[in-house]
Amino acid sequence: MLSTAKREEMLRMMIKLRAFEEKLEELYQKRAMYGSTHSYRGQEAVAVGVCSALEPRDLVASYHRGTGHLIAKGADLYRLMCECMGRLEGYSKGRGGKMHMGDMSFGFLGNTGTVGATVPIATGAALAAQLRGSKEVVVSFLGDGAMNQGVVHEAMNFAGIWKLPVIYVCENNLYAMTVSVEKSIAIKHVAERAKGYGFEGKVIDGNDVELVYAETLEAAEKGRAGGGATFLECLTYRWDGHFGGDPGTGYRRKEEIEEWKRRCPIKRLKEKLIAEKNLGAGEFDMMSAAVYSELDEVTKRALASPMPAREFDLDSIYARSEVGHG
Amino acid sequence: MAKAEKLQVQGEMKEMRLQEALREALRYEMARDKRVFVFGEDVALFGGAYGVTRGLLQEFGDSRVRDTPISEAGMVGLAVGAAINGMRPVVEIQFCDLLPLCMDQLVTHAARYHYMTGGRISVPIVIRNKFGTRPGGGPSHSSCNHGAFVHFPGLKIIIPTTPADGKGLLLSAIRDPNPVLCFESHHLYGVKGPVPEGDYTVPIGVAAVRREGKDLTIVTCGGMILKADEAAVELKSKGIDVEIVDLRSLAPLDKETILKSVAKTKRAMVVDEGPMVGGVTSEIAAVIQENLFSDLKGPVVRVGAQHIPPPHSPPLVEAMIPDVDRIVRAALRLVEGKKPS
Repeated sequence: MLSTAKREEMLRMMIKLRAFEEKLEELYQKRAMYGSTHSYRGQEAVAVGVCSALEPRDLVASYHRGTGHLIAKGADLYRLMCECMGRLEGYSKGRGGKMHMGDMSFGFLGNTGTVGATVPIATGAALAAQLRGSKEVVVSFLGDGAMNQGVVHEAMNFAGIWKLPVIYVCENNLYAMTVSVEKSIAIKHVAERAKGYGFEGKVIDGNDVELVYAETLEAAEKGRAGGGATFLECLTYRWDGHFGGDPGTGYRRKEEIEEWKRRCPIKRLKEKLIAEKNLGAGEFDMMSAAVYSELDEVTKRALASPMPAREFDLDSIYARSEVGHG
Repeated sequence: MAKAEKLQVQGEMKEMRLQEALREALRYEMARDKRVFVFGEDVALFGGAYGVTRGLLQEFGDSRVRDTPISEAGMVGLAVGAAINGMRPVVEIQFCDLLPLCMDQLVTHAARYHYMTGGRISVPIVIRNKFGTRPGGGPSHSSCNHGAFVHFPGLKIIIPTTPADGKGLLLSAIRDPNPVLCFESHHLYGVKGPVPEGDYTVPIGVAAVRREGKDLTIVTCGGMILKADEAAVELKSKGIDVEIVDLRSLAPLDKETILKSVAKTKRAMVVDEGPMVGGVTSEIAAVIQENLFSDLKGPVVRVGAQHIPPPHSPPLVEAMIPDVDRIVRAALRLVEGKKPS
């Protein structure tokens, strides 16, 4: 069983993920950030459970709904916030925005707006680990929508034939933008597809952070030992619409949303810790207040930070030397 | 051979074909740098569809020389990830016609990673592929789509013509911190030439003057170098002195060498095996006229492929791509100042 300290750490991290999305939503309404939000609220247990089970040398690749993965893997909130706001001090100097970042100093391979595109990239990073014998494992976060992209199939086939140390964490939140999984996938659980690639696929409760942690740990140990890939289908739900401006209700029943909100991953761990008498309600409130106040501080600094100059730099498209590699 | 063609190297030279010279680059760098590995369809046991990777499996083992499933987009994606995680992958794609399968990984990810991560991550990968229009290949096995990739920022594009450049450019490509597309001409694989032994590199982004002349500059690349050269010999007999600029790299483009040559001859023709519409010839013609319009003695002439898919039957292929006669006639018209008939 996980220590209380570890579980409190995961609880605090989940609050941080949620607070970040709420802050972004607020900034989006005020037109202080550019592009759209892709709220991760409701899915926090997946990013936090997975990343808490990884070692610092392990790598993750993400997608458009990537802020949760970034924060859970160790991104600096200020640089992340600056990037969302198109500021010079953002991770990508304002060139990438919320959907395009990458920094190997904390093991973040990158995210992108092309659904499924980072799945072969994560798989290739796992190939590098195998070639070098360097023992890191790679997590490829993807959504249920990505499961129908051709390149995802190709990547998983590579992982199967070459026994690569990669964990495919499929966050099945039941909708690809507005299209439900029932309409786009003919089988009940996408994890069944893993069998076709020659590795194990499991369906797990993606709102149970302790379970996600345990399953990731097991898959990572297997990958490190040369046992190849694992597919984890984490059943979860995004509370909000696909993007800022989408109330998320046109294609989802209100009862369904309410039902999933009752399964809130933060509430679940909080209540468990309180029932075990390992956490007081007052302590939780203090923990939460500290996270929100840190975020207010970060936002204030980001809002005061400079925008990039209005210029283009043709030199910036090519690297002069190798940078940022694992 | 004109003076400009001679190799500026000292030491041992070895006569070999382009495909062997490319193999030399791979062998040399795999032995020197443990991060380099090669993968693609049929590259290991079979030695590659064109024999370029022959013997590498035996020399470096099946971990670093890997046969893959038929999975081009996946290969390029895996190469991007392996590069970001510290390796130097070299991928072989059998035909440039298959590059469109890899477009998202190639032009949206490999090419943009460095820019879009604010310069935090570079993607050193090499994608080798064969191009060239010939009878029998048809619409999916004999394209010349090299010009299309010039559109996308972040890629480097090399087109070796001589065996020495095959070795030197490919070695530079593997060592480059950026994604490099290497177009290898079907028409040139078997052409022999001297290749320097040892650590020999040719810089990416530097064109070569293959023949010096004073009346007309022909700017070309890839397999068309053979036809341009033949045309130059014929034109010489008619009293027209042609200078040939072999681009060698499409990105970055060596504008300086092109413009220097045209400023001297004051007449320019661009010859390319790819379609003229939105292609190499249109880009280079624009560069020349933007910079040298008032110095030119006539319009920049383009001799390129027709805007049709590459066909199967020999007469149809002949009608599509430039030949010596088309180049000669266009040159005569330009030098004699006649309007095209």
